[in-house]
Amino acid sequence: MFLKLKRNFLLFLGLAIVLTMAFLAVFAPYLTPYTPTEQNLDKMLFAPCAEHIMGTDAVGRDIFTRLLYGARVSLWVGFIAVGISSLIGVTLGLISGYFGGMIDEIIMRIVDIMLCFPSFFLILAVIAFLEPSVINIMIVIGFTSWTGLARLVRAETLSMRERDFISAAKLSGAGKMRILCVHILPNTLAPVLVSATLGTAGAILVESSLSFLGLGVQPPDPSWGNILLDGKDVLTNAPWLSLFPGLAIFITVLGYNLLGESLRDILDPRLKQR
Amino acid sequence: MLFSMHAVWYFIKKLLWVFLIFTGITLISFFVMHLAPGSPTDMQTSLNPLVNEAYRAKLNALYGLDKPVYEQYFDWFSRLVQFDFGNSLSGDGRPVLDKIMERLPLTVGLNVTSLLLALVIALPIGIISAVHQGKFIDKLFTFLVFLGFAMPGFWLALLLMMYLGIEHGILPISGITGLDFQELSFWGKCFDVARHLFLPVLVSTVGAIAGTSRFLRSSMLEVLRQDYILTAKAKGLTKRCVIYKHALRNALLPVITLLGLSVPGLIGGSVIIESIFALPGLGQLFYGAVMARDYPLIMGNLVFGAVLTLAGNLLADFCYKLADPRISLHSPK
Repeated sequence: MFLKLKRNFLLFLGLAIVLTMAFLAVFAPYLTPYTPTEQNLDKMLFAPCAEHIMGTDAVGRDIFTRLLYGARVSLWVGFIAVGISSLIGVTLGLISGYFGGMIDEIIMRIVDIMLCFPSFFLILAVIAFLEPSVINIMIVIGFTSWTGLARLVRAETLSMRERDFISAAKLSGAGKMRILCVHILPNTLAPVLVSATLGTAGAILVESSLSFLGLGVQPPDPSWGNILLDGKDVLTNAPWLSLFPGLAIFITVLGYNLLGESLRDILDPRLKQR
Repeated sequence: MLFSMHAVWYFIKKLLWVFLIFTGITLISFFVMHLAPGSPTDMQTSLNPLVNEAYRAKLNALYGLDKPVYEQYFDWFSRLVQFDFGNSLSGDGRPVLDKIMERLPLTVGLNVTSLLLALVIALPIGIISAVHQGKFIDKLFTFLVFLGFAMPGFWLALLLMMYLGIEHGILPISGITGLDFQELSFWGKCFDVARHLFLPVLVSTVGAIAGTSRFLRSSMLEVLRQDYILTAKAKGLTKRCVIYKHALRNALLPVITLLGLSVPGLIGGSVIIESIFALPGLGQLFYGAVMARDYPLIMGNLVFGAVLTLAGNLLADFCYKLADPRISLHSPK
C-alpha cells in the first residue's frame, strides 16, 4: 500500500522535489562552470541565454549558480533549525506529558506565551542585534518554533502514559528515563517526523524572508532571499532576477509540504482529520 | 445568563491570565533585547572621535542604561502600566506611543480587511471541498491550497508588481497615496488610497486563504460525521439545509479560534508587506527601530504586537462562547 504510486502520487511528487533539491545542493560545484561570487562586469544583467540559463545579475554573476549555492544555505538552515526545535519540543513535550503537575503547568504556560508572541518581530530584533549570520538564523528560528511540537508530543505522551505496556514496564522495574526514552519516545516519532518535514518548509520561508529584508545571509554569499532582494531593485529591466529565486523557494516549500502532509496521512490516520 | 456570577468570575480569571501572559512577553522581550551585545548609544558615539568614556557613561546614565537590567525592567514596566512608553532614542525624540498610534490604523486596517476577505473566499472553498470530499473539485482545491501555502508572500508581491504595476501600469506599486493626492476630491482620495492598498491586501489575503479554507474543510468533515447530521438527514431535510444550517454553524466555531491565533503571524507578515510596498505602517516602524537599536520603540512595538494578539485571542474566545451554546460560562469542574 505504501508504495502504490497512483495512490500516493503527492507523496512521490514531494519526495522527488525534496531529493532533487538536495541533489542540486550537494553537487552544486559539479553542475555549473561558474562560482557563486565571481563577478563579470562584461556580462551585467544578461537575460537568460544558452551560456547563462537563468541570466546574470547586476555584477554579472550567474543566477543559476547562485541559486544552486543558495539551496545549500536554505536546506542547511531548514535542517538545523528544525533539529533544534524538534529537540526542544520533544524534550519539553515528553517531560510535560509524563510528569504532569507543576512542571506541566509551567511548560504549557511558556508555550502559551510563545504562541502569543509575534515571533517574526522577535526573530528580526534578535538577528539585527546579534549580527545577521547563518548560524544565528538557525538558532533563533529553532528557539521560536518548538511550541506546536511540544503540544503534540505532550498529548501523545498523555495518551501513552496510562497504557498497559507502560504499567508493565513499570512493574518490571524500568526507571523513568527508560520508560520515557525506550517506551514512549518511539511512539511519538510519527508526529515528530511530520512536524519536522513541515517545519523545514516553514524555516526555509522564514530564512528567505529574513534574507529578503537584508537581515539574513549577507552578500556576497548567495541565498534565495537575498537574490530576490537584488532582483527587487532591477524589477523593471531584469525580471528574471526576481522570477527564479522565488520559484526555487516556492517549489522547495511545496515539496516539503506535500511530503509532510502525505506522511501524516500514511503514518497517522487519526491526524488526517485535522 | 451570560452575565451571571460565573461569567463575571470567568472573565476576571481570563483577564488575570491575560495580564500574566502579557508580563511574560514583556519579560522575555526586555531581557533578550538588553542581554544582546551592543548599546543604542553606540550609534551616536562610535563614529565620533571626540567621544570619550566619560561622555559615553553620561549618555548611558541619561537613558538609564547604566543600571542593572532587572532594575531597568522594573522602571520600564512601572511606567508602562501608566501608558508611558518613553521617548524614542532616534533624532526626533518623540514619545513612542505617538509614533505607534499614527502607524497603527494602517496596519490594523490592512490586516482586518485581508482577514475578512480571506474568510469570505475560504468559506465556499472549504465547504465545497468537504461536501465533495475526494472528488475532482476537492482535489483541485487541495492542490490550489498547497500552492497557496508554498507561495512566499514577498515573491507574489514582486510578481504582481511586475505584471500589474510595471508591465500594464494598472496599479501603483508603492506608497499609500499618489503625488497628486492633495488636489483630489474626497472620493478621489478614497479611490487613490484604495488603488494603492489593492496589491498589499491581495498579497496578504492569498496567504490567509490557504490556511483558513484547509482548516474549515477538516472542521466541516468532522462535523459531517456527527450523529446529529445523520439525524437531520434521516428527518428528510434537504441537503442544502443540512449543510448550511446544521453543519456549517458548528464547523465555523473552530475557525473563530484559528482567526484569533493568526494575529501574530499577520503582524509579523506586515513587516515584509510594508517594506515591499513602502507603506508607513507598524511593520516598517519596527524594522526601522530594530535597525537603529531604538530600545523604547522596539519594546513599544513588541508590547503592541502582544496586546493586539491577546485582544484577538480574547475576542475569539468571547465570540466562541457566545456562538456555542454547549460551552457554558460555568467554571468546568
